[in-house]
Amino acid sequence: MSDNGTPTTPVKTTGLHVGEPAPGVKKVDPIIVADGVKRTFGGLTAVDVAHVEIPRGAITALIGPNGAGKTTFFNLLTGFDKPDEGKWEFDGRSLAHVPAYRVARMGLIRTFQLTKALGLLTVLDNMKLGAKQQTGENLFRSVLPFLWRKQEEEIEEKAKEILTRFKLDAKQEDYAASLSGGQRKLLEMARALMSDPTLVMLDEPMAGVNPALTQSLLDHILDLKSQGMTVLFVEHDMHMVRHIADWVIVMAEGKIVAEGDPHEVMSDPAVIDAYLGAHHDADLGDSDDEHVHAMKELIDDEQ
Amino acid sequence: MIDWIQIFSNAAQELISPTTAAYALAALGLAIHFGYTGLLNFGQAGFMALGAYGFAISTLTFGFPVWASVLVGIGASVVFALILGIPTLRLRADYLAIVTIAAAEILRLIFTTNTFDDVTGSASGLQGYKGGIAALNPIPPGTYGFGPFTYNAYDWWIRILGWTVVILAALFTWSIMRSPWGRVIKGIREDEDAVRALGKNVYSYKMQSLILGGVFGTLAGMIFILPRAVVPANYQTSLTFFIYAILLLGGAATILGPIVGSMIFWVLLSFFSGFMARAVEAGWFPFMTQVQAGQLRFILVGIAIMLLVVFRPQGIFGNKKELSFVR
Repeated sequence: MSDNGTPTTPVKTTGLHVGEPAPGVKKVDPIIVADGVKRTFGGLTAVDVAHVEIPRGAITALIGPNGAGKTTFFNLLTGFDKPDEGKWEFDGRSLAHVPAYRVARMGLIRTFQLTKALGLLTVLDNMKLGAKQQTGENLFRSVLPFLWRKQEEEIEEKAKEILTRFKLDAKQEDYAASLSGGQRKLLEMARALMSDPTLVMLDEPMAGVNPALTQSLLDHILDLKSQGMTVLFVEHDMHMVRHIADWVIVMAEGKIVAEGDPHEVMSDPAVIDAYLGAHHDADLGDSDDEHVHAMKELIDDEQ
Repeated sequence: MIDWIQIFSNAAQELISPTTAAYALAALGLAIHFGYTGLLNFGQAGFMALGAYGFAISTLTFGFPVWASVLVGIGASVVFALILGIPTLRLRADYLAIVTIAAAEILRLIFTTNTFDDVTGSASGLQGYKGGIAALNPIPPGTYGFGPFTYNAYDWWIRILGWTVVILAALFTWSIMRSPWGRVIKGIREDEDAVRALGKNVYSYKMQSLILGGVFGTLAGMIFILPRAVVPANYQTSLTFFIYAILLLGGAATILGPIVGSMIFWVLLSFFSGFMARAVEAGWFPFMTQVQAGQLRFILVGIAIMLLVVFRPQGIFGNKKELSFVR
């Protein structure tokens, strides 16, 4: 627990890659390997990833400008969307044509950019829903409470423990709809932990969270790593990325354009191009002849 | 002068009538679909028709005993639910609504058409299938009861039978909805993608819910035909909407709501129709004929339901707290 109020400097995991950091670089111990994953929407190629490996036991950030295909890539990895082609595997098992719920059962749990707290369920029920392999979730066994009561109590105990850790225990009997946006993000992350995942994928965990909660959310993400989980997250907040990420993957226009250590990758010219446009330092005057002529004529007229 | 005693006693009879029980059970099925799972089933009349025809045809055409006829009806509705669910449950909720409303109409038209007259009796329907149920009646012949609730042995038997099924179904629904299964179902109503991301097979749960609620509708269809004949005109789309009205009246995600809602609906309907008929007879509404008065009851029930929905939108048993978060 790093929840002692003062921001701690996270311990960065290093030595994740083999060879020079470049797009698609080989990792020492990859948990996800994707090859030639491509997804098009009509004429638009949303994702076209030649090769990427996500390192195990580390926090990896997936960054990129809006429309870079980060969320689509997330959806492809978790079975919420199907790619046109390509193969990708999680922990050595192929994920191609595996439906989303099976992906989750394998231990790859995701959260959503727009928080999906189940509003008219209590916070505690939201948590309990996250537990895996529940006997009472079978229709025929659900009518016989003695079959699932014991497991239910264990799940409830675990849920309360995690809620206490996330400081949501006072809210456990409230509807999730009554929580604030930041609390819902916390709840979603806490709910993901109920299934003891090996890989947690967070889609913009900081979006819409007030600054007071940011530090606590960061600590919880770091906590996931210290408990042995792998984290992959999409984020726009560069400060946060630099602070907690061990590895950064940069996407632009559906492709992976750079990979590396958070400090080095930020100075990579490909990254600057991706965010500011490839010709951000070129002289705009050349390509804008007509405006220049129009301006000159206006000035001439005035004289 | 208006015979108020007669109006009230007719209305009171609806409290325990088999028709009320049938509507309550069909509404309970819809509560599972719509209230708990969020499935928009607009074809509950189709499930009821399958129960009615499944039972009657098995008995009349094939000479099946009662238990086998009931099983045929249930089997037919399971197949119907699978046919409706397999293509639509992967899609957005509104597709199920479109498909169910059309499928229920297709069923009704198949039962109405002359092509299958020997089996379905086409527009005039079927009768003479009650022998098996009557033979099971343990009550000795005679007349029992008090006041407005005085019936012969068969009428008591079908009331007991109908309400027993309703009570068992309500207990069953109550017990599954407080189990982890019910938790997944309610989660799907809130956001199915979130539930999918937690490793639950949402498609299978939606299918289970569709089948279960449909079977309740089928059993309701069988109770519905015990005091009357099987007539295809009874299974129009308006039947589904009356059941929705009952469900919203009582509270969509409740167990007691559909049952009490059905009682209120039928008592009100009977009261209004009795009152209007006699008031016109007594000359209270000189501008209105008897036929018009017969239709007016539906208008009055509509207004009563509108008032309830406006002033108590969560229904009678619904939780007011839930409404403050409706998006």
